[in-house]
Amino acid sequence: MTETAIEFLDVVKRYGSATAVDRISFSIAKGELVTFLGPSGCGKTTSLRLIAGLELPTEGQVKIAGRDVSRDPASERNVGMVFQSYALFPHMTVLENVAYGPTIRGVAKAEARDRARAILDQVGLAGLEARLPSELSGGQQQRVAVARAIVQQPDVLLFDEPLSNVDAKLRRKVRAEIRDLQQRFGLTAVYVTHDQEEALAVSDRIVVMKMGQIAQIGTPAELYERPASAFVADFIGDANLIEGQVAGGMFRAAHLSMPVEAKDGVVTATIRPERIRLAPGGIATIVQAAYLGSRMEYVVQDEDLEFLVSRPISDPRLTAGDRVDLQIDPADLILVR
Amino acid sequence: MARFSLTSDRAGVAWLGLLALSLAAFPWYKGVPLVSGPASSALAEALSGRGWFWPLIAAVAALGMVSLTRRWQQSMLALGLTLGALVVFIWQGFAVGLRGPSAEWVGAAFALAGDGQAGLGWGGFLAGIALVGLLSDLVAARGFCRGERFAAFCITAIVALLTVFVFFPILKLGVAAFIDPDGNLALATFWSRLSAPDLWGMRCFVGAGRCGVVVNTVVLGVLSASLATALGLALALLVNRTDFRAKRALRAISILPIITPPFVVGVAIILLFGRTGLVTGWGADLMGVRPSRWVYGLPGILIAQVLAFAPVTFLVLLSTLEAINPTLEEAARTLGAKATTTFRTVTWPLLRPGLAAAFLLAFIESLADFGNPIVLGGGYEVLSVKIFFAVVGARYDLGNAATLAMILLALTLIAFWLQMRWMGKKSYVTVTGKSDAGLAAPLPPILKIAVLAVVLPWVVFTLAVYIIIAAGGFVTDIGRWDLTPTLGHLVTAFRFEIAETGLELYGSAWDSMLTTLWVAGIAAPLTTLVGILTAWLVARQDFAGRRAFEFGTMLSFAIPGTVVGVSYVAAFNIPPVDITGTAAILIICFIFRNMPVGMRAGLAALAQIDKSMEEASQTMGAGGATTLRRVVLPLIRPAVFTALVYSFVTAMTAVSAVIFLVSARHNMATAYIMGRVEAGEYALAIAYSAVLMIVMILCVAVIQFIVGTRKLGRRQELQGRAATEPAE
Repeated sequence: MTETAIEFLDVVKRYGSATAVDRISFSIAKGELVTFLGPSGCGKTTSLRLIAGLELPTEGQVKIAGRDVSRDPASERNVGMVFQSYALFPHMTVLENVAYGPTIRGVAKAEARDRARAILDQVGLAGLEARLPSELSGGQQQRVAVARAIVQQPDVLLFDEPLSNVDAKLRRKVRAEIRDLQQRFGLTAVYVTHDQEEALAVSDRIVVMKMGQIAQIGTPAELYERPASAFVADFIGDANLIEGQVAGGMFRAAHLSMPVEAKDGVVTATIRPERIRLAPGGIATIVQAAYLGSRMEYVVQDEDLEFLVSRPISDPRLTAGDRVDLQIDPADLILVR
Repeated sequence: MARFSLTSDRAGVAWLGLLALSLAAFPWYKGVPLVSGPASSALAEALSGRGWFWPLIAAVAALGMVSLTRRWQQSMLALGLTLGALVVFIWQGFAVGLRGPSAEWVGAAFALAGDGQAGLGWGGFLAGIALVGLLSDLVAARGFCRGERFAAFCITAIVALLTVFVFFPILKLGVAAFIDPDGNLALATFWSRLSAPDLWGMRCFVGAGRCGVVVNTVVLGVLSASLATALGLALALLVNRTDFRAKRALRAISILPIITPPFVVGVAIILLFGRTGLVTGWGADLMGVRPSRWVYGLPGILIAQVLAFAPVTFLVLLSTLEAINPTLEEAARTLGAKATTTFRTVTWPLLRPGLAAAFLLAFIESLADFGNPIVLGGGYEVLSVKIFFAVVGARYDLGNAATLAMILLALTLIAFWLQMRWMGKKSYVTVTGKSDAGLAAPLPPILKIAVLAVVLPWVVFTLAVYIIIAAGGFVTDIGRWDLTPTLGHLVTAFRFEIAETGLELYGSAWDSMLTTLWVAGIAAPLTTLVGILTAWLVARQDFAGRRAFEFGTMLSFAIPGTVVGVSYVAAFNIPPVDITGTAAILIICFIFRNMPVGMRAGLAALAQIDKSMEEASQTMGAGGATTLRRVVLPLIRPAVFTALVYSFVTAMTAVSAVIFLVSARHNMATAYIMGRVEAGEYALAIAYSAVLMIVMILCVAVIQFIVGTRKLGRRQELQGRAATEPAE
């Protein structure tokens, strides 16, 4: 079994009467990049700050590299953190910013600067050492923040929504850089975001959180293909949610009825928009049609049910008011309870 | 890994070690020289029969045992023992007073208690510090302040200091109001004092009789605050809503009262309007107005107070006016309202919360004012002056002073409470963060004339007062219009010779001047330190009781200086904390009176700084102290400067609390000036005040040079530029 880098055991964090993190447990292996994903207020940032030591748990244990650090303040843990706002010190040069950590931890000034230079070189900022953060572009500032976080070879590297201040166009590039850096240095990383596409793109595993609890943990493919709940299905990518029931091997909802392999009971069936095919001339009506460049998106009214359907642009183009037949392969239905 | 737990253990062990040393190696009592060492330590005293030290020593010994166990800092036992030690520490201080035991059973238990004990000395104070430090370490180990030892220590220490130097004296004063000098409960005396007719009498409203001192104080406060608010409003409207040119000059004039020593404005008013005053003289010569003493009493105090408080109300109302979104007024205009209607229906209602805040602020200042009433009061008695004479006058009556001080404190707290409530609920913040391009509506012509009619006399008056102050010290007798230039007053105060023996200072004012300078010089950095630290704790640390902590620090600001002075007399004249007559009590008084200003400056500056910078520093291994020194302080340097300057200047010009605390050895400039005013030596007082103002301006320049703001200015400029540039 691989070595465990971070472990949460029944961790609870309360602020007064509000519970931000509600008894969660998970572990992160060494060298893994794990993302906390969820809507705002789900406790993902609090979880990250619990790892950093910027918050201490109300109950439970936080372990880093096998050691219980639940009562240790941030300064006594070995973590690196990249902040949403980068939090570069405006009164220090780029070099001083990166050398700050080693200097604080008692490394001789000259050596601290050498280390800082080496890291700045690695992240492609050689030559900018003497600049003040305010004299850098946003992307460069972000790389300084990353360099500063990894210069001390932390047990874990933490990212708090690192792309939220990056230009939309640059995000793809920067997240690839982050992923590349993490792999190159073999770092354990925890990443917080509310953007599911970003999470799918960078993570080894994703922790989906909802109201302070873990909704599901899994690889991006597992979460997308086998969501454990309607919430996860809806949050990761788009999904049509159909409430109905299973009886005698058949799923029924409104006029739909499809063979499934499941026990009897009330369920929600989910189906991805791109899994539904449309054939001309049926009883369903296209209510909305949106041209999205790479694909078409339709809202289709089928008696009482409304479906979101996504089709490649190469399919025959349909317009609002067209009559279509919805074709769903029962194998694409995912039933959650 | 072991490294970390070791460091954590060390802090607690160090505090414990200091605690043990303070009990065993330092002289416990005041007045015993440090060199006498263990021979007069608490342990030695306990062995020689002062048995009331044993509980404390036992608690500390038990703590020593506990500290040998693993993870002792997180154990309930350690915390319980520390709290117990703190309790018996405080108990031993009060159980045996200067002349004997405070309770019979203490006397019965310990024979030597009958001899009494002196105040705390080296060992005693060190023990207090070590106990506070140990307590902070133990609560931090249990997760207080997210485990941050430094922050936990600062909070515990500041709470302890506020308790000892703000709340304990007030409590002691409160007790003094109910207790007669022999230590018996004297409710009847208290009641007779409280209901005395010379407090509450209302006869002045119905006839020629005189009103009680409480009524006088409130009437003065209301009148003074109303006039100051009106004047402040006129000034603010002039600056914000007209094309008036000399706005910068107006702002400069508004700073003057801060650096003006007390009494001197009062003296200038007497020289102008007194019975033999300049204006009175001209009035008699030109218009045949009979000279009278009208200026002594309510009118004189009013003039002086309005002059002093108008700048404060001006600044409050200016910021209120600036915060009004101009588009609101523009909207009214587009809906068809005329300029005067807009002002009446939109601007004025939006101004009302600011007016209330300004009024209450001036009211509180008027209640606390001591310098003007004592010079100009004549027969018009107010609480602050009456308190002073109850303590300093021929009849020392602490009980009466305490009762009066409680009344003054209650009045102030009511106003303070109203202010908090008002500010909390009724402030219409119309700044939305969106940049609404709009221009403030110019003042309607009628109002503009009214405003000028108020402001111009004020300008003339201020100029007259300050001309008197500037010139009065350097001419023979400005009060009799004898304008022969002379350095005579200056020589009396500041004569010096450079003899063979070196510099010899002969002037009568040197003593107080030098004391003032060094006391203010020590107090200012300490005040700044405590103020900025408190701001940082309140703004950045998340701890149980933060709101109460903030409220407590602000409350200490609301207590009138006179009340602080009396309460210090009541609390620190006797053991265990027996420090009256020292320079330390002056410094401590300044620290806790002026700290809230440093705190406010710090809070405002910290609000501009992203909290995650400090968190970044922490994740990189820096503790609270390092983060504060290397990240926070460099970024809030302007606030540090403001706090330093303000606390320095206030320490040099403060009078109301200080007047109770000065001693022959440690006299302060303001007390000296008051003496000269009382003796009628006006020219000398003015000369000294002028010198004091020049010294203050020089010192401020020096502070500015040391703290420096230039580098920061450059960076802000760069940041501003970077923000307007698009990202990569």
